[in-house]
Amino acid sequence: MAMALRLYLLLIVFLSSAIVSFSLYEDQVGLMDWHQRYIGKVKHAVFHTQKTGRKRVIVSTEENVVASLDLRHGEIFWRHVLGTKDAIDGVDIALGKYVITLSSEGSMLRAWNLPDGQLVWETSLHSAQHSKSLLSVPVNLKFDKDYPILVFGGGYLHAVSPIDGEVLWKKDFTAEGFEVKRVLQPLESSIVYVLGFLHSSEAVFYQIDSKSGEVVAEKSKAFPGGFSGEISSVSNDKVVVLDSTRSILVTISFVDGEISFQKTLISSLVEDSGEAEILSPLLSNMLAVKVNKRTIFVRVGDQGKLEAVDSLSDETAMSDSLPVADDQVAFASVHHEGSKIHLTVKLVDDLDTVLLRESIQMDQHRGRVDRVFINNYIKTDRSNGFRALIVMEDHSLLLLQQGAIVWSREEGLASVTDVTTAELPVEKDGVSVAKVEHTLVDWLKGHILKLKGSLLLASPEDVVAIQEMRMKSSGRSKLTRDHNGFRKLFIALTRAGKLFALHTGDGRIVWSTLLNSPACARPSGISLYQWQVPHHHAMDENPSVLVVGRCGSDSSSPGVLSFVDVYTGKEISSSDIGHSVVQVMPLPLFTDSMEQRLHLIADTDGHVHLYPKTPEALGIFQREFQNVYWYNVEGDDGIIRGHGMKSSCAGETADEYYFTTRELWTVVFPSESEKIISTLTRKPNEVVHTQAKVSTDQDVLYKYVSRNLLFVATVSPKGAGEIGSVTPEESALVVYLIDTVTGRILHHLSHQGCQGPVHAVFSENWVVYHYFNLRAHKYEVTVVEIYDQSRAENKNVWKLVLGKHNLTAPISSYSRPEMFTKSQSYFFPQSVKTIAVTSTAKGITSKQLLIGTIGDQILALDKRFVDPRRTLNPSQAEKEEGIIPLTDSLPIIPQSYITHSLKVEGLRGIVTAPAKLESTTHVFAYGVDLFYTRLAPSKTYDSLTDDFSYALLLITIVALVAAIYITWALSEKKELSEKWR
Amino acid sequence: MDKRKAVMGAGRRWAVDFSDQSTVPSSRDILDPPGFSRVSPEQDDSATSRQKKDAEANWKLQKAWEVAQSPFKNLMMMGFMMWMAGNTVHLFSIGITFSALWQPLSALQSVGKVFEPFKDNKVELLMPKLVFLALNLGGLALGIWKLNTLGLLPTHASDWVSSLPPPQEVEHSGGGFAFH
Repeated sequence: MAMALRLYLLLIVFLSSAIVSFSLYEDQVGLMDWHQRYIGKVKHAVFHTQKTGRKRVIVSTEENVVASLDLRHGEIFWRHVLGTKDAIDGVDIALGKYVITLSSEGSMLRAWNLPDGQLVWETSLHSAQHSKSLLSVPVNLKFDKDYPILVFGGGYLHAVSPIDGEVLWKKDFTAEGFEVKRVLQPLESSIVYVLGFLHSSEAVFYQIDSKSGEVVAEKSKAFPGGFSGEISSVSNDKVVVLDSTRSILVTISFVDGEISFQKTLISSLVEDSGEAEILSPLLSNMLAVKVNKRTIFVRVGDQGKLEAVDSLSDETAMSDSLPVADDQVAFASVHHEGSKIHLTVKLVDDLDTVLLRESIQMDQHRGRVDRVFINNYIKTDRSNGFRALIVMEDHSLLLLQQGAIVWSREEGLASVTDVTTAELPVEKDGVSVAKVEHTLVDWLKGHILKLKGSLLLASPEDVVAIQEMRMKSSGRSKLTRDHNGFRKLFIALTRAGKLFALHTGDGRIVWSTLLNSPACARPSGISLYQWQVPHHHAMDENPSVLVVGRCGSDSSSPGVLSFVDVYTGKEISSSDIGHSVVQVMPLPLFTDSMEQRLHLIADTDGHVHLYPKTPEALGIFQREFQNVYWYNVEGDDGIIRGHGMKSSCAGETADEYYFTTRELWTVVFPSESEKIISTLTRKPNEVVHTQAKVSTDQDVLYKYVSRNLLFVATVSPKGAGEIGSVTPEESALVVYLIDTVTGRILHHLSHQGCQGPVHAVFSENWVVYHYFNLRAHKYEVTVVEIYDQSRAENKNVWKLVLGKHNLTAPISSYSRPEMFTKSQSYFFPQSVKTIAVTSTAKGITSKQLLIGTIGDQILALDKRFVDPRRTLNPSQAEKEEGIIPLTDSLPIIPQSYITHSLKVEGLRGIVTAPAKLESTTHVFAYGVDLFYTRLAPSKTYDSLTDDFSYALLLITIVALVAAIYITWALSEKKELSEKWR
Repeated sequence: MDKRKAVMGAGRRWAVDFSDQSTVPSSRDILDPPGFSRVSPEQDDSATSRQKKDAEANWKLQKAWEVAQSPFKNLMMMGFMMWMAGNTVHLFSIGITFSALWQPLSALQSVGKVFEPFKDNKVELLMPKLVFLALNLGGLALGIWKLNTLGLLPTHASDWVSSLPPPQEVEHSGGGFAFH
């Protein structure tokens, strides 16, 4: 038995060494990779009021994260990332020990344990229609066991027990045109008030017994003017709404079950007139109204009488009111003044009483204050102290306390939209390497330690020292370029329009800058391009990136171009281009003498604009004018249109960098049977080493490598929904390869009974895509490799030796290349979020697919596994070449998760960039979290590993030399004595 | 002699006569020592010496032929070794192939030296040399063939195009979905 076990173990050891795995050892974690955890832009924040965990705050964010943060350091205690479709509508604390979250438009209610974040219960609520959802958690802490949590969402009002999540009763409000606006649960009352509008013109008021859910009373009253929908509840028996003209404030009071309206003209409150807007903060007996960019505080009197008490400039953010001692209620407001922000905490009842006034220096690159949440605490001298959690325009989260920023979190990085890479500055002569590196003694000491480690002589302390040394190994986080290209910057553009430069060594933010525009306050960033990458002037020119942004959310709103210096993070220039931005086409092959890359920007009218606007760029572009094309995909109509350049508009307008285009071709997918769900092209900067693919029998296949290929996946319109919503007969998936110059469909492949979503990756001459097979109830991965038939005749060795071939001649899409494809499909056991492929400097190293799995991890899968040449029984020669026997599904080897034990929560994209060392590639994954690592798909064949012991090598050499000398001396001696004998 | 002397006496005072007159004993002043025979061997035993010579030449030729044929044995052994080494590239097969290439080459270089001992104006060495050359060339061919079967010779189209970069494209196209 033991023998068999041993044999089995041996076999396992043998097998595991046979399969090339790229796993890490435990002590290698964190050497090359880093992981950063974020939560996203905070929407709601609830401070703990209980003694247990006073130092924590519960936040919910726009990235659908609910998290508990440490108030002292800003660390995450626990965090849960709900799905992308599970947006959080409300968060509160119930019973003092549960965090209640309402999500998915009020159809999902969950309770999390406050200290450790474990899910206590989850209730799925019935929902009939889309509507805003409301969460009302009883505030009374002592007697609330009987009081239910009231949830309105999807047309129903649910009362849910906070203890176990059981639905106690539900009330149907799905009547047509009825909109529930407020659910109020007065303290120590068993009556629930529900206020809603019927057709926006009639106020309906229900009183519901909170125990049974029976309607006790129902009142309604029509309001002739109609309501605009904005509402502010000022007290338990009054709400204030705006009428449909937005010029009258209506106080609705429902004292004793009677509804009464009281109208107040806004113009009677303030001189300014104009459209008003009710701001969101909940203040007791007061509301904030925004008129003409000014914030006006309106006090609501006992009789519903309104009076304006104060007004503030527009750039003011306010918090909800907070009860402080002695039945007083306070609120905080923050406004900007120059580079400072002023935090003011006032009493709601008496705006002249200022409880706190602080001024704090604020970084300009954080923009304006967006939201404020305040919390009070009792200082040692028994007075009230306040801490404020503020959310800035760049989504960062800061805690202010005692006039200082206690901590800040760069939450903008949770919503990265585009990423590019940039080089670090070249090491100048002035900087001495020796000063930065260790001294020789330290170096030797370090190596001796390493040697001890490798000879298993190290004590536990030594092991710790070694690990520490490796973690902060000398050059890892230096701000200069290194020989291997391991140190780089990842430039990330976030949804807030902020640009971050992250160092690959340790992931720290090297610089960050918020986009500005002269035309609009804050343009939204769209995409990021490498604008200038100096090679010839690397010493004296700084590289720069182009950020394309837009003023406003509409696609026709004018664009903004911003050029940012990569080394310093300074905005070199920013310009309003005066036209819309629909597409940006970098022309990577064309650079001017300053090594600025030419870019074409298409606007909504189908014209293209050339950048940079210099005569030189124009000259370069004019030369290639006839060979530049563009296409656009109209996903909704199922049309792909190709355009060619027509003429310069120099005659019509003064702008000679502006060109008209003509439509050359269209590909129309029949809307009744096909709907475009995914398109993909190769990465424009991908390097391909060779055009030939050599098979086992020395045969040559010529890859069809073209930048002008578009992969399009369509499904039947019925199958565009969720997986499993259609039968296999109803759904088909068709993929196309389209030449975007001529519009020719080079290849198409149809998968009957399959469904999206399609995740694909396109590299060199192959496409790998992932979809769902409805018949097999499994996910599938298909690989399509494209080969050029027209060049396949180049097989005469003598012609090739003499160079008489046309293989390197430039090719044109108009030459109608003949092509053929090879493809193969496999089952894949997991659902996929995104797929990427490794890229290396010269394209020689074999490729790995990087699959972002549904579990937010990244799996590295060798391209060898998705090779159409795989057969069931590969011949010996094929095996030697590395062809793996065909299996029906792709293996998931646990060691090949490059994220090892970590999760990149909310994974959205994976970016790869080559290092200078051919074997190595940078991998950057973003989602709510950020993750970076370096990968060597074929192992580091061109360099020694980090833990290579130079000391051991040195000692070995010294020992060998010594041994040679000693033996030589000995042999001399012996010879001499022999001779004397 | 007298005549010469007379000539000398007529015009010169002295002269040294270097001509060897030992073959003419009758005209010598000094007698040969006793037991010394002035008869040359071939003159006195020409038949037996010719026989000996022929035997030696035959022997040389034979040896030359042997040497000429010796690569054949080598060839067979090489062939066997190559067969044993298999067709995959590894240390053993590479070593064998290179020794198979090196041996004929070095042998060809030293053809003259190998046949030097058998050099004789009576021995016809051309044929053995040709055979030797042919066999060694055969060995070389075998080595090259082995090299080829190992796939180390650039005889396939794939060997000439495997690092050919993809051709440039004339057209450039860009685009995609419109930005939202």
